[in-house]
Amino acid sequence: MAENILVYVEHLNGEVTDASFGLIALARQLASVNGASVEAAIIGGGAHGLAAKLAGADTILVGDTDTFGDFNPQGHSEVFAALVTSREPAITLVPYTSVGMDIASLTAATCNLPLVSYCLSVDAQDTLSATCQLYGGKVEVDVEVEGDRAIFAMLAGCASPDEGRSGGAGVVESIDVAVPDLGITFVSLTEPESGDVDITTEDILVAIGRGIESEDNIEEAQELADALGAALAASRPIIDQGWLPKSRQVGKSGLSVKPKVYLALGISGAPEHLEGMRDSSTIIAVNSDPQAPIFGVAHYGWVGDIFDFMPELTARLEG
Amino acid sequence: MKIAVLMRAVPDPVEELEIGDDGVDLDRDFLGYVLNEFDDHALEEGLLLREETGGSLTAYAIGTADEVTQMLHTAIAKGADSAKQLGEDLDVIDAHAQAAAFVDAVRDTGFDLILSGVQASDELDGQVAMLVAAALGLPHISVVVSATPHEAGLKVTKEYWAGITAEYEIDLPAVLGVQTAREAPRYVAVARIRQAQESGALESLDLDQPDPAGRIRVTAMRLSETGDGAEMIEGDEEAAAERVYEILASAGVV
Ligand SMILES: Cc1cc2nc3c(=O)[nH]c(=O)nc-3n(C[C@H](O)[C@H](O)[C@H](O)COP(=O)(O)OP(=O)(O)OC[C@H]3O[C@@H](n4cnc5c(N)ncnc54)[C@H](O)[C@@H]3O)c2cc1C
Ligand SMILES: Nc1ncnc2c1ncn2[C@@H]1O[C@H](COP(=O)(O)O)[C@@H](O)[C@H]1O
Repeated sequence: MAENILVYVEHLNGEVTDASFGLIALARQLASVNGASVEAAIIGGGAHGLAAKLAGADTILVGDTDTFGDFNPQGHSEVFAALVTSREPAITLVPYTSVGMDIASLTAATCNLPLVSYCLSVDAQDTLSATCQLYGGKVEVDVEVEGDRAIFAMLAGCASPDEGRSGGAGVVESIDVAVPDLGITFVSLTEPESGDVDITTEDILVAIGRGIESEDNIEEAQELADALGAALAASRPIIDQGWLPKSRQVGKSGLSVKPKVYLALGISGAPEHLEGMRDSSTIIAVNSDPQAPIFGVAHYGWVGDIFDFMPELTARLEG
Repeated sequence: MKIAVLMRAVPDPVEELEIGDDGVDLDRDFLGYVLNEFDDHALEEGLLLREETGGSLTAYAIGTADEVTQMLHTAIAKGADSAKQLGEDLDVIDAHAQAAAFVDAVRDTGFDLILSGVQASDELDGQVAMLVAAALGLPHISVVVSATPHEAGLKVTKEYWAGITAEYEIDLPAVLGVQTAREAPRYVAVARIRQAQESGALESLDLDQPDPAGRIRVTAMRLSETGDGAEMIEGDEEAAAERVYEILASAGVV
């Protein structure tokens, strides 16, 4: 059985992401149990310069290239898949991020390996197994993988990034990055426009989700936010509808926030939302569905209708 | 442009879920199914592109359930030129098998563009869109928030994180995993859906039952802990507001 653990390292604007450091930490934990070695693969422009940061890995496989210097879903996937084929890792860890989502399924299909998505944890003691979330976080499953090799797409927060930042200096190796005929060309990167309010610096956030039902009802949430001296934030569907600007979005593709109080109203608590707010000091959730996963991270919860709750709390604050 | 949109029925996220007696799957007897929300965005982006470039759009879905038929009729009512309902017995299969079924159906049809939602809530063993791309050897981009015609291909915006996006040019044929359409998915009147039911634009295709090829075995399924460690507030909204006020006060924010 192949003994190494391979981590896909994502990087943007000259920085290795926290999700990648988290996976290196997780790989270290797994390796300490069965004596495996940890390999980190970093592909793209500037990869060489970043290799030194990946000290938590025993071997750092560097595919520095100008041909697809910025993330190229096809180029990076093909190079990584070739690496998985040649290095034969027992465990391949990919972050379940926007970048990892392009890498994981393609690598699994190309290398004919099982893929386990939405993973919270991985275990490699006897058989390869994992615990994953399904159905928007409402359900947890334990799975066992057939065979002795697999790819795991890990949800955010599965291990501490800080632990993945330290370690001895690994051995750096260059890898082949030739990819014929790329059908995809990177054009440009766009940084977000800053909004009227910076939700990452607010002490109190009143966050609304699809439970708010219509644009007209946002006023009622705004009144509550005003009474509380809070800013209004939201889950993705509210932003996608155009009801609030992108700068108010909390979660995977929005912003990460850590206010003193996060009041979640009509938000189910999908993993993509939770990864942006679970570190808030106090989380209070109101949702009519007692199974809503938001109650799994909340410190306080009330099962009920936000349209009953909002005016009541606004009145209490104003009274 | 000839466009295929791959759509899937997933358990309705707002319904109460129960675990079946076998302990490794949902109790599906009374479960309601809805269109995967990201597939709705894929359909919308496909309809916008078809309006811009001409050509045709075909919607595909797997399963014989009434909800699946309804989903496809809705797609026709929204503007799909045709729809194909795959399978005699293809319900409850893994993402690998779903992808294999879609690949079987579209492989020789000469599509320029295959769109699907970026993910679905039950894709334990991979994202269908990307598995299809791999099987067909086509370039792919996931987490797409805009795809517009550009020269012989498309200009595609992919979302990263923290509001950062990247723009790409992609050659056709290609596969995109759509996160959000450029515009909110359109609504369609019930009368139009009834018309679609009469239109004959929906065709059933029998496919061989694909092997469940994901090679992962669920050994246990449980409802996630909710409120574990949380204080659940009892009583009506007045009691809830009062308790929340106290909590805010002890957090020092009011
Ligand atoms: C790549 C990717 C990135 C993503 N990034 C993000 C992100 O950054 N941020 C984000 O939020 N999501 C993100 N998502 C989407 C995420 O998967 C969920 O779809 C989304 O978080 C759901 O938002 P919601 O909770 O508001 O809606 P829903 O899941 O529809 O939940 C609505 C909730 O409101 C409750 N409700 C309804 N009416 C009432 C009422 N009257 N009173 C009380 N409760 C009520 C319901 O019980 C339900 O729990 C991303 C998805 C993908 C694939
Ligand atoms: N993935 C699915 N997509 C659509 N319908 C499904 C799915 N899974 C189950 N169903 C429907 O639910 C019914 C019960 O499923 P089962 O108990 O697995 O036979 C089936 O008759 C299907 O119509």
